[in-house]
Amino acid sequence: MYRLPADSAHSDAWIDRARTLAFTFEGCDYTGFAGDTITSALAAAGVACLGRSFKYHRPRGILSFANHDANVMFQVDGVPNVRGDVTPLAAGMCVEAVNTFGGLAHDKAAILDRLGRFLPVGFYYKAFHSRRFAARWESMFRALTGLGSVDLTAGRRATPKRHGFCDVLVIGAGVSGLAAACEAATAGARVALADESSRWGGSAAGLVTLAPGETEALRNLAQRVAQDPRIERLPQTVAAGCYADRWVSLVDAARLTKMRARAVVFATGVIEQPAVFRNNDLPGVLTATAGVRLTARYRVAPGRRIVIVAANAEAYAACRELLAHGVAVAAIVDLRSAAECAAEEGLDAYRMNRDDGVQVLCAHAPYEAVRGAGGALCGLIIAPLLPDGRIDAGARRRIDCDAVLMSVGWAAASQLLLQAGGRTEFSASLQQFVPAELPAGLYAAGRLNGVFGFAERLADGRRAGAAAAAHAGFRAGAGAGAGAAQTVARSLRRPSHPFPIIDHPGGRNFVDFDEDLQVKDLENAVQEGFDSSELLKRFSTVGMGPSQGKHSHMNALRILARARRLSVAALGLTTARPMYHPVAMKSLAGRSFVVERRTPMDAQHAALGAVWMPAADWRRPEYYAVAGETRAASIEAEVRAVREAAGLIDVGTLGKIEIHGPQAGEFLDRVYTGRFSNLRTGMSRYALMLDEAGVIVDDGVVARLAEESFYFTTTTNGATTVFRELLRLNALWGLDCSLVNATGHRAAVNVAGPASRALLQGITDVDLGEPAFPYLAVRSGRVAGVAARLLRVGFVGELGYEIHVAASSGAALWGALAAAARPRGFRPFGVEAQRMLRLEKAHFIVGQDTDGLTDPFEAGAGWAVHMQKPFFVGQRSLRILQKRGPRQRLAGLEFDDPQRLPRESHLVIESGEIAGRITSVARSHTLGKGIGLAMLRPDLATVGRPVQVRIDGGDMVGARVTTTPFLDPKNQRQTVAAASAAA
Amino acid sequence: MKIMVCPLNGPRPVSEFAYGGEVRRMPDPDGCSDAEWSRYVFDRSGSPGKKYEWWCHTASGFWFIALRDTALDEVLGTFPAETVREGMPPS
Repeated sequence: MYRLPADSAHSDAWIDRARTLAFTFEGCDYTGFAGDTITSALAAAGVACLGRSFKYHRPRGILSFANHDANVMFQVDGVPNVRGDVTPLAAGMCVEAVNTFGGLAHDKAAILDRLGRFLPVGFYYKAFHSRRFAARWESMFRALTGLGSVDLTAGRRATPKRHGFCDVLVIGAGVSGLAAACEAATAGARVALADESSRWGGSAAGLVTLAPGETEALRNLAQRVAQDPRIERLPQTVAAGCYADRWVSLVDAARLTKMRARAVVFATGVIEQPAVFRNNDLPGVLTATAGVRLTARYRVAPGRRIVIVAANAEAYAACRELLAHGVAVAAIVDLRSAAECAAEEGLDAYRMNRDDGVQVLCAHAPYEAVRGAGGALCGLIIAPLLPDGRIDAGARRRIDCDAVLMSVGWAAASQLLLQAGGRTEFSASLQQFVPAELPAGLYAAGRLNGVFGFAERLADGRRAGAAAAAHAGFRAGAGAGAGAAQTVARSLRRPSHPFPIIDHPGGRNFVDFDEDLQVKDLENAVQEGFDSSELLKRFSTVGMGPSQGKHSHMNALRILARARRLSVAALGLTTARPMYHPVAMKSLAGRSFVVERRTPMDAQHAALGAVWMPAADWRRPEYYAVAGETRAASIEAEVRAVREAAGLIDVGTLGKIEIHGPQAGEFLDRVYTGRFSNLRTGMSRYALMLDEAGVIVDDGVVARLAEESFYFTTTTNGATTVFRELLRLNALWGLDCSLVNATGHRAAVNVAGPASRALLQGITDVDLGEPAFPYLAVRSGRVAGVAARLLRVGFVGELGYEIHVAASSGAALWGALAAAARPRGFRPFGVEAQRMLRLEKAHFIVGQDTDGLTDPFEAGAGWAVHMQKPFFVGQRSLRILQKRGPRQRLAGLEFDDPQRLPRESHLVIESGEIAGRITSVARSHTLGKGIGLAMLRPDLATVGRPVQVRIDGGDMVGARVTTTPFLDPKNQRQTVAAASAAA
Repeated sequence: MKIMVCPLNGPRPVSEFAYGGEVRRMPDPDGCSDAEWSRYVFDRSGSPGKKYEWWCHTASGFWFIALRDTALDEVLGTFPAETVREGMPPS
């Protein structure tokens, strides 16, 4: 390969010879021109080998030069996976090849090429089949495989995401895409046009041999696109995925755009496919479009003596383009018979023979590419192709050449279309998958649609653009001409050869260049039983490399079809999933935005040394750390403060709901197990909620504020879902009541402990004394000057008041309570201390002590269930469960040794069988014992029964079933202790 | 992301909605057998087709009924939640 000299006939459209850029490749110095890509600059410098293959470490070079050369991915200035074929060259770049051991030129792993027979298809699966050597294989594979190396110290890169909206999104800015965009814009639609290239025109951009009318049409379209304010231009943008409701992710270097389009036109074109023959992977063997792009855009000739392997008209167009640039073509080897050639290319083939001195050999196939001294391509062995498709190897002969261009066929780039829910079918006449059925609002145009002629592609683009605009609500006026055409003019000639695959006893005829798969690998896989396209893909890994089958899929299907004696149409494509093209992690990574709710007292907790824990969406103090005190000591001190004096806990995370209306009481009767319609105003009652299966799902306290007004709490975890379900039930039943979620509107503090009344009485106008404010009463008044609702509750087993105020007054309330508490040595307490306190009272926590099967009878909450009510959620199921009897029972345990306690979820073992599990456990300093709750087999749940619990390490510890609550079974601390403390 | 049309709030991203299960008719708890009740509580047909479903626009707490083709994941229409009380028309 070499750079063509500057030429007055052809301007250097894409490169600027005045600006030279110096860079290094594998430690050697090179120069290129501004406008070059890394690959074109290296090709111009005559570097053919640009990388090593994945499995055999064979030298590889340019294949497609179209943003999917998996063997030309470089490590550039430390960044891996840089695609040389599209990445613009920059001065000072330090470029390294990947997948080599000791450099590209002397790759030590090249020995693998000769060990091929020890690396059969499905090698990984086979290697790991036996566990005996798995570890050894793994370390070897990890060392040998992978492309490039990742800098583990790389910092976090923030990539912006944005939402985009348009009426018509056109993907692909080739001939048909440009026409579609212009037509849709003419109809009045807001159009977005995305293309992975930096220039408009697709594969036609930069060609000098287009017909004069074609060049002009292309120029006009590009100009129109550049100027039309209704067209949003998105060059160098990859459409990576199509999701539901026409939501397309567009990725460029700077950002990810989440484009929502009313209609989408897919003009993604076709991808040129390699011919499969021995040594078709040698550097210097490339697709014809790659050779043409190198020549026309970067002025790099693929070789000095070129052979074109042909099976379609595009081969002859490519030949003309090369000749126009002064590049010599030695021969065209056409797989088609002379008759086929005459029918489709007759005039072309004849003229090339006569006028240009290009030898055209019909009914010949490439048999083997020949590697010369130094590894460079030096010739192509060709052989006659017999009418039955076999090769006449005996009549083979060699043509000297230094480059082979392959122009044998195409694969539709239908991946995005399929992701979007489109369906394709195989057209035998085109030898290509074409769109068959597209969901509403999706349109295909151009070669993707099987339309190959230039004028036909223009018309097809206009048709699709007009249809897309019409779907989005824009109908073209009377002036629109060709856009009205509704028929798709598919190619009458055959652009793709049905079987461009040539067998060779020596193999090395590569189907998949990413994964180093040869024809025999696929045949062996089929023979081993992996004979559907999905199975073949997974076992052989065909199409699973970085280019995701863009060059291998069609040929693999053809090989599978031949092996199974079926047609390609009968096999079908494998599922196409996003991403269409590799996307950098930085484009996908979010901003680590975690939703976290904070109560109004959050800053005050932080100042007190709160150690945080997550609770549903909230953060709550687990405990308050004191300098010089351990976690356990802090929690113990918090517990002691509540038992002996008083403590404060922020309970603002509880769900808080108001319900108003004449039937509010009835509604609560239906959703909770207890009866609330008869609750006296100014009183509260424990409330237990079940699902339809009779399983406990939530609990809380319901307070009646007035005849038609209730205020109730839910658990912190259940707040959102319970409220949502209550709204649904209200919509379902249509009772005359309405619900208000006050969870975020209200702050709440629980003041608990024998001295809580004394503490609170000083700062409130509410009479806290008995009998004015009895246990379970609810009162309104002012606390520290703030309007408050007070509930006398007993979750922690002490005299206690829950004070609910407006969220805006939460900080003031906490401040006043803390100021009143501090001189008396009272402490704030966190969630851990509260868990300890309630465990001493054996109050269960929904979701911790109960699970997805626990009914209220099993949890010992039968007292809260009013079965004689006409209806409540779960009642009917409880009737069945009552008849059947409990499967388990929640019971209190006292452990033999308080120093050796099990942990939550440790198992209770009885006669070698699992007979229960620990749900809560703690060492109670108040009681001087190790206590816990456990779900036990009913026969074990009798007081005094000893049980064995298996702890970490398999040891057993003993425990005894005891009565609950562990502390204050007669609940006297709610009243007696309060009275004595107040006295 | 899918767009769902809320009868109250218009087209919104589907992430703003919560699914509330298929609309089912509760048998009379006092009249039905234990087996009938168990079927109502536990049995769900997962077969694809056109189904009436509860959906909630979570930002506004608005519940409604959607007729959805679960094979195509396509919402064919929405109805006020009250419609359930009269019984949904055959899908």
